[in-house]
Amino acid sequence: MLEPIIYDLGAPGRIGVNLPECDVPETELPAELLRDDLALPEVSEVQAVRHFVKLSQLNYSIDKGFYPLGSCTMKYNPKVNEDAARLPGFAQLHPLTEAAGAQGALYLMYELQKRLGEISGFDAVSLTPAAGAQGEFAGILMIRKYHLDNQDGRRDIILVPNSAHGTNPATVTMAGMRVHELPANEDGNVDLSALKAACEGELRGRVAGMMMTVPSTLGLFEATILDVIETVHDAGGLMYMDGANMNAMMAVVKPGELGFDVMHYNLHKTFSTPHGGGGPGSGAVGAGEKLKAYLPGPIVDQVEDEDETSAALYGFVMPPKSIGRLKAFHGNFGMHLRAYAYIRVYGDSGLGDVTRYAVLNANYLRAKLMNSYKVPYPRYCGHEFVLEGHFEDVEDIHALDISKRLMDYGFHPPTNYFPLIVPEAMLIEPTETEVKEELDAFVEAMEKIADEARSQPDLLRSAPHTAPVRRLDEVRAVKELILCCAQARRGS
Amino acid sequence: MSYIPHTDAEVRQMLGEIGVDSIEALFEAVPESHRFPRLDLPPPMSEMEVAAEMLALSEANDHAQDYAIFRGAGAYHHFIPAVVNHILLRGEFYTAYTPYQPEISQGTLQAAFEYQSMMCALTGMDAANASHYDGATSLAEAVTAALEVTRHKRKKIILSHAIHPQYREVVRTYHQGRSIRIVGDRGRGEIIDLMEMLDENTAMLAVQYPNFFGQIDDFATLANAVHEVGALLVFVVNPMALSLFQSPGKLGADIVVGEGQPMGIPLGYGGPYLGFFAIKQEHVRKIAGRIIGETVDADGQTAFVMTLRPREQDIRRERATSNICTNQGLMALSASVYMALMGKNGLRQVGRLNYHKAHYAAKRIHQLNGFSVDMSKTFFNEFVVACPLPVAKINEMLLEQGILGGYDLGQRYFHLQNRMLLCVTETNSKEEIDQLVEILGGLS
Repeated sequence: MLEPIIYDLGAPGRIGVNLPECDVPETELPAELLRDDLALPEVSEVQAVRHFVKLSQLNYSIDKGFYPLGSCTMKYNPKVNEDAARLPGFAQLHPLTEAAGAQGALYLMYELQKRLGEISGFDAVSLTPAAGAQGEFAGILMIRKYHLDNQDGRRDIILVPNSAHGTNPATVTMAGMRVHELPANEDGNVDLSALKAACEGELRGRVAGMMMTVPSTLGLFEATILDVIETVHDAGGLMYMDGANMNAMMAVVKPGELGFDVMHYNLHKTFSTPHGGGGPGSGAVGAGEKLKAYLPGPIVDQVEDEDETSAALYGFVMPPKSIGRLKAFHGNFGMHLRAYAYIRVYGDSGLGDVTRYAVLNANYLRAKLMNSYKVPYPRYCGHEFVLEGHFEDVEDIHALDISKRLMDYGFHPPTNYFPLIVPEAMLIEPTETEVKEELDAFVEAMEKIADEARSQPDLLRSAPHTAPVRRLDEVRAVKELILCCAQARRGS
Repeated sequence: MSYIPHTDAEVRQMLGEIGVDSIEALFEAVPESHRFPRLDLPPPMSEMEVAAEMLALSEANDHAQDYAIFRGAGAYHHFIPAVVNHILLRGEFYTAYTPYQPEISQGTLQAAFEYQSMMCALTGMDAANASHYDGATSLAEAVTAALEVTRHKRKKIILSHAIHPQYREVVRTYHQGRSIRIVGDRGRGEIIDLMEMLDENTAMLAVQYPNFFGQIDDFATLANAVHEVGALLVFVVNPMALSLFQSPGKLGADIVVGEGQPMGIPLGYGGPYLGFFAIKQEHVRKIAGRIIGETVDADGQTAFVMTLRPREQDIRRERATSNICTNQGLMALSASVYMALMGKNGLRQVGRLNYHKAHYAAKRIHQLNGFSVDMSKTFFNEFVVACPLPVAKINEMLLEQGILGGYDLGQRYFHLQNRMLLCVTETNSKEEIDQLVEILGGLS
């Protein structure tokens, strides 16, 4: 093991904190209700610090290098936002503080709702969902409830393109609805004839809506998007947009203006809040005229207007037909304030630049990598693109081997095996914050790997060679299923 | 712009490689009628200006550096050792993605494995996942797990009314598309009344420990009764109380969920927090969310990896039981660092401080004219105070003296008008408590 488990450090009786003495008279504890076991580690403060620092050094991160992970938008996380999140007025604010005592936070949330609405062309935004997947869930529940309220409860089908992120079909099931999968045509767009056949054929009258990622998970703008939206609307369905790829859309097109009825934003992708090794995220939801009353709550509104003597008062309200509450309190506020600061830095002119340079970087990499890899779909891409991680003239080299070898060159690999409709898919998303030198170094590494695949294929198959550990035995992990270390179970 | 590094010369070079004249030409597939809308937003700001605005907005809030906090109700002001924030601020942790590439993510993976282990120790269970969004969504996911374990043949979910009201709302939001019945929380039923609702159609029964009113109910016969009908027993717990009180595992829980915020996570106006989820290992394949397991690498070296992956949405798609992918990884790290620092001895010490200070405050308030404290059951660090005036009114007066008073129970429990849920933690000094008592004494 590279670093011992925390339980293997320390000694009985050791403690890592300095706590105050009790300054009040003590009350007897109820002996019969107390536990006699508590198998927690016993380490000193220095031991704990060193342990977690050593663990951190085993990680790859944006702060360390290029992270071209498609669909994840691993852009730089501004440090000033981290400082802002730690201001006592935010970090030490109780969520059940009366509105009058939280006007700074409420104003910030109100403005963020408004600005996200402006960026996407929606009337109203709820910040409560904790992550993109929860935002999706909110959107589908909203569509469901809309149809129920219109006495149209037999609409139970959500159309999902086969290129969709796995959360889309899983969301539909969670909401108690059914998935009907749509194929892509050879251009990577939704197959319009299949869509029309679904809406007018056996599913007539049952289509509740459609989930669509724009640009698609292949990184492509759908040239026929207006036709898709019109077809679904004509069939009585509503349009949900998965906003995971919003980094390709700011000041380029507003989903609400295209006709989408509801979408989620990933504040932890487009708006730079850090991914934290797997979260927290934040999945705000925006909605147009038809669905705004159904948004999850609470949302922030002006509850008292401004007048000559006092400023406007902001407070929480529940949208009138809300699907309800998705989590306790009111969302991941720490992410809201970071996203707010990010939008403030870029302002009206800058957010468009984010998208423009993200798309420039992606198309540049795509143009350069076409020389050594098969890149399907001969079109300009959005903020990401997919290439095929295998070679016609080399047997048994897979996207996974190329990815693992990239680690030896100091890069995080792209997303592997997604979207599912491209063989050996490697989805590459550079983001706007990367300098050209970094992109060129990545291209160079990818070209070297393409050469190595032919000259020394085993070098790829056995990669990585310089990472902290080598490839892992995932089968053994499932078979032995060790999810908790033995010391923690002792006495429990 | 500070985060966009391109020079004009580079842009020209890059456009040349792509073979277009302008960046705009890359957007030809976007319908022209809707292309390049104007954004009606304020102009850009420098870092100095943004920092100043954020400071101003933060100071427009009544926060714990300026006010003594006696409010809990699901979010708790506890001491957080400085180490926690310093570890959290390591870019290697907070700017990493989900550990899909285990070879270069062992830091995140081992820390999560240690988190799972410590949560097992605390709850007395033998498996835990790597986190959910918060305590409320953990409970909603427990409902799904219980339905899965009982093969969707059982349709009844029993919830105690003494579970956090917002958690029960979230359960209803999550499961509005399912044909199940959620019962038990409309009245004021005690544990014994909930037990009477158990039948062969019951998938699970959930209680809170300590309950929303801070009290510890008698669970002596509960587990047997629940298991007798083949249902699952779910505990919603405050992890801080588990420093002293019996583990839910020992009390017969099948699933333990709760809010991890008290362990190293600041109040932060309600999030990001940490939903924890622990379960008996026999049911572990039925749960949602990421799970980290131990294995070895190609050289036989012990290492960690996300495991039981086929349960998850990216593989199982519409057959997955939950769509969760992003969780609260960094908050789980906070809890890990916190638990490691506190350890067995520190956590107990904090638990005792909470208990003693809360009881000191309760006894003193109980002696005041017009006030009384419900001491019919054991409590940990929260208790219910019957007040001679509306709670909102009292809180207004407390706020003027720099105190954030208790939670107004009448807002959510009609029968608890003029009842305040007060919370006292190790952060409340004797001086603060005495001041609170003095102000309350002046009201009656």
